[in-house]
Amino acid sequence: MSIIGSAPLFRPRSSLYNGTAAATMRPTRRVTAVTTDAPCPAIEVRDLVKHYGPVKAVDGVSFRLERGATLGLLGGNGAGKTTTIGMLMGLIEASGGTISILGEPMPAARARLLERMNFESPYVDMPHRLTVRQNLTVFGRLYRVANLGERIERLAADFDLTSLLDRRAGRLSAGQKTRVALTKALLNAPEVLLLDEPTASLDPDTADWVRTRLEAYRAETGASILIASHNMPEVERLCDRVVILAAGRVADQGTPAELLARFGRDSLEEVFLDVARARRQAVATDEESGR
Amino acid sequence: MSRTRSPSEAFSFARVGAMILRYWYLLSNSWPRVIELVYWPTVQLLTWGYVQLYIAQNSTFFAQAAGLFIGALLLWDVLLRSQQGFAFAFLEEMWSRNLGNLLMSPLKPSEFVASLMAISLVRLTIGMVPVTILAIPLFGFNIWGLGLPLVAFFCLLVMSGWAVGLVIIGILLRHGLGAEALSWSLMFLLMPITCVYSPVAMLPSVLQPIAWALPPTHVFEGMRALIVEHTVRTDLLASAAALDVVWFAAAVVAFHRLLAAARRAGSLLQDGE
Repeated sequence: MSIIGSAPLFRPRSSLYNGTAAATMRPTRRVTAVTTDAPCPAIEVRDLVKHYGPVKAVDGVSFRLERGATLGLLGGNGAGKTTTIGMLMGLIEASGGTISILGEPMPAARARLLERMNFESPYVDMPHRLTVRQNLTVFGRLYRVANLGERIERLAADFDLTSLLDRRAGRLSAGQKTRVALTKALLNAPEVLLLDEPTASLDPDTADWVRTRLEAYRAETGASILIASHNMPEVERLCDRVVILAAGRVADQGTPAELLARFGRDSLEEVFLDVARARRQAVATDEESGR
Repeated sequence: MSRTRSPSEAFSFARVGAMILRYWYLLSNSWPRVIELVYWPTVQLLTWGYVQLYIAQNSTFFAQAAGLFIGALLLWDVLLRSQQGFAFAFLEEMWSRNLGNLLMSPLKPSEFVASLMAISLVRLTIGMVPVTILAIPLFGFNIWGLGLPLVAFFCLLVMSGWAVGLVIIGILLRHGLGAEALSWSLMFLLMPITCVYSPVAMLPSVLQPIAWALPPTHVFEGMRALIVEHTVRTDLLASAAALDVVWFAAAVVAFHRLLAAARRAGSLLQDGE
């Protein structure tokens, strides 16, 4: 089904505040992964290594993101999440290992792949002086989106941005900026979407709204999504599988249910804390034995 | 999907056009940026123009070679503004924290550079055309009267400016905004040894070979020959063109090496200092 087809991709945000519609807007838990005929995973990372001199930022990381699934990349600060995403986008040269995206090697096929991917992070901005429409026009042209004007109007309606299209990006609130950034990330209807803390700094209502739209996008298009996040409820809600990174290595991975069972915990937050504490203890033990 | 997917590997003029549009939006949305483009060349023109008028009243040589200072000033501004227009457009991406979005888009480095070249020409046109017109009634100097050699001077200087600009954005990619000052100041390092206002013969002999290795030196010598001796020195134009090719090729190599170093160092994800 085309993303710019006749049916609206998302309901306007106003429906969230409509008493009769509000209940139906709540996600049912997790959207079932959409399978495709393609045998290769959306992302396959094998033994990925990135060293900065003596520092091992990423040290032998392997994971797969299946087509139509959502994978959570969890880890504390400095665990290697952003470096891993940088290598997935071809911005950072790996010291070792392989990355395959949609069956093609990254970074060798970077030019082809980037047209089929997109990225969103609160740590990058769009030019403040340009209006929302101008920004989306520029990025739409960079991604060579067909029927761009129509596409922008449709996404703006879906993300409740129509009234903001001619406002300068610098005059938007944090929540509005996130919605614009997500609109930009969906302009080219990416088959693989990388999100770096997509709801950081958002209030709970806006964050929930963003998650709902990501779920709807995946359900609509069968896209594969990789989310790097510190927000455990978000990961539990959105992700089919979770990879926990600690000090550049995969500390554990599995479905949220598998991880909860393995650690004997009730929430991913507790699992995350177990991993972080075990890591700290290992570092302390190493330091003691080194004395 | 209704998306069009043409061969992604090919150089895309559509993506270059998208980036030119991005910079055009920026200029059209920000009148201080437009004024700034005209402001400095105008201040320079007024300063040096009146100095030249004063000197010409007291010097036969300058009286006969009217426009020597102003011509040099205008051509120097072509060199300086072509480099700055190129580098500043790139800096706009760093200042607005937009570089990550661009680097993770299908935009190729070659397309990015081509758009920076194009927008530097736009900025140069906005900044320089009014000033060259202003010089006619104020100081009686019509640089457009230089004719075809002016086109050659312009192209050669712009090429030199782009070469320096390319190295600067390579350094910015590798070292971040900490290297921002280079985009303001690096060209001024060349100012004394490219002999903008005085002949190469005035330099100490040890510096003269260095001066002749710089393409702009040949242009400024050619400009003086044209204004003072009314001679078009094609030998100087040819040597400037040859040096420009070498300089630009070296700048492309340097840019690619700095970009590769930035990928290895992970600095493309950090656009701060």
